Amino acid sequence: MELSSNTQAIAYLVSAVLFIFALKGLTHPASARKGNYYGMAGMALAIAATLMGAEVQSYGFIIAGVAAGAVIGTILAMRVEMTAMPQLVAALHSFVGLAAVLVAIGTYLNKAAAGQLNPVLMGELSAGIIIGAITFTGSVIAFGKLQGLISGAPVKFSGQHLLNALIGLLTLGLGVHFAMTGNMASLALMTLLAFVIGVTLIIPIGGADMPVIISMLNSYSGWAAAATGFTLGNNLLIIVGAIVGFSGAILSYIMCRAMNRSIINVVFGGFGSDAGAGESAGAQAAEKGVKSAAVEDAVYWMEDANKVIIIPGYGMAVAQAQHALKEMMELLEAREVEVKFAIHPVAGRMPGHMNVLLAEADIPYDNVLEMDEINSEFATADVALVVGANDVVNPAAKSDPSSPIYGMPILEAGKARQVYFLKRSMRPGYSGVNNLLFYQENTSLVFGDAKDTIEGMVTALKGGGH
Amino acid sequence: MPDTLVALYVFVLSCFIGYWVIWGVTPALHTPLVALTNAISGIVIVGALLVTGLEGAGSSAEIMGFFAVLLASINVFGGFLVTNRMLAMFKKDKKK
Repeated sequence: MELSSNTQAIAYLVSAVLFIFALKGLTHPASARKGNYYGMAGMALAIAATLMGAEVQSYGFIIAGVAAGAVIGTILAMRVEMTAMPQLVAALHSFVGLAAVLVAIGTYLNKAAAGQLNPVLMGELSAGIIIGAITFTGSVIAFGKLQGLISGAPVKFSGQHLLNALIGLLTLGLGVHFAMTGNMASLALMTLLAFVIGVTLIIPIGGADMPVIISMLNSYSGWAAAATGFTLGNNLLIIVGAIVGFSGAILSYIMCRAMNRSIINVVFGGFGSDAGAGESAGAQAAEKGVKSAAVEDAVYWMEDANKVIIIPGYGMAVAQAQHALKEMMELLEAREVEVKFAIHPVAGRMPGHMNVLLAEADIPYDNVLEMDEINSEFATADVALVVGANDVVNPAAKSDPSSPIYGMPILEAGKARQVYFLKRSMRPGYSGVNNLLFYQENTSLVFGDAKDTIEGMVTALKGGGH
Repeated sequence: MPDTLVALYVFVLSCFIGYWVIWGVTPALHTPLVALTNAISGIVIVGALLVTGLEGAGSSAEIMGFFAVLLASINVFGGFLVTNRMLAMFKKDKKK
């Protein structure tokens, strides 16, 4: 059976609507899974309608490609650790980018063979290739930084922005030249330079800004799909690409707002380095007038508390402490202690990272609250327990106009009666800014690996009886 | 109206749909959102299929198409499955 192009267009429309419902499902955790199934249905329909259309006539390569992709994709999805989600996402973004480049070049070859090239089409092809190529190499660099294959520290040199601007202009110029003349050399050089821009655009951005990078590349992958839609005259690709592009752009905006920085500042600013590991944490702490406390002290306060608020950060993910936290939560709840989790929008390496890790540990989502929902509750909390977070609770963001993080909205952990900080060392957060909360009267630091410390607390709680 | 202009209309209006739908997503589900948008941007597979399956496509176009199909399928399968896996973890508090 072969679908007419009108039937195919209707199928694409239904598919686009299903994708919108899929995203709409993410409004609430209860409806989200159903939404994901809508998405799958939309994709299946789009693929089926394409395969049954008049344009697709040979199936050998297609079946091989889909089969291999299905196996690899399924294995990746089933095996990936939740802490490694940012890496998986970066890898998947790179695939979309590269696929868009390949589709554009393939389209060029097919159209050239059929003698159907024209300046508008070649301009659209250039756009598709440039966006796709930047998405590809940018995501590869992001993956490398997240996986620790390359340093997370920003790579900066003088004249960097000027160089980027020059390469950018040259790339655009070559794209225009290709569109006007169909010159193959321009096409090749343009593609090459676009790959280079992806690298030079991402290397100056520091590891702490990973949530923004991930969101930005998410956006680029959408625009790449939309550009492909323009070259193929396919409205489904344009609709989906625009929605995904906006999704990433909105996430980038939310992340930037949560750091009180502009997107320009993140892209060109590059703060945050890997330097400054602490030597003797306890000694340094004493020197700076910081109190350190034993696990038992924290447990003593928590078990008699009415309310404990836990603030997880990337350190919790690194230490894989979420499962131990869940156990501690249950022990505390058994003693009638109310336990809540407070999430800062930029905690972790990608938007919503902490929520997924806590969900993985079976912590119910109704106990996990966003910054705006929980900030008013710190004043009535007996204990705030900071697990691997730092900058997001630093009062300097409110009180010290000279601080680089001044103006950033924070979780007001300092308002709790007692604050316990689980830390490996005295090293400052990613911003490199000293945390004023450490020196507050009601704050104590508990040194050690977050997971070991929490497990120590669990043991103490089980031992019970003060 | 020429096709390219129709495409532009569709594009601009879709941007607005994207804007409103995405603001509705709860921040708790931002990671699944990124994974899901990853999966649906695998829609470039449609372009890959059209390039690969064209009757009389040259062998270099076919090879480009094959790799594009492969990469986009990894996105589609990987993206939807990992989203599903994550969403299955989000549970309500049974005690309440």
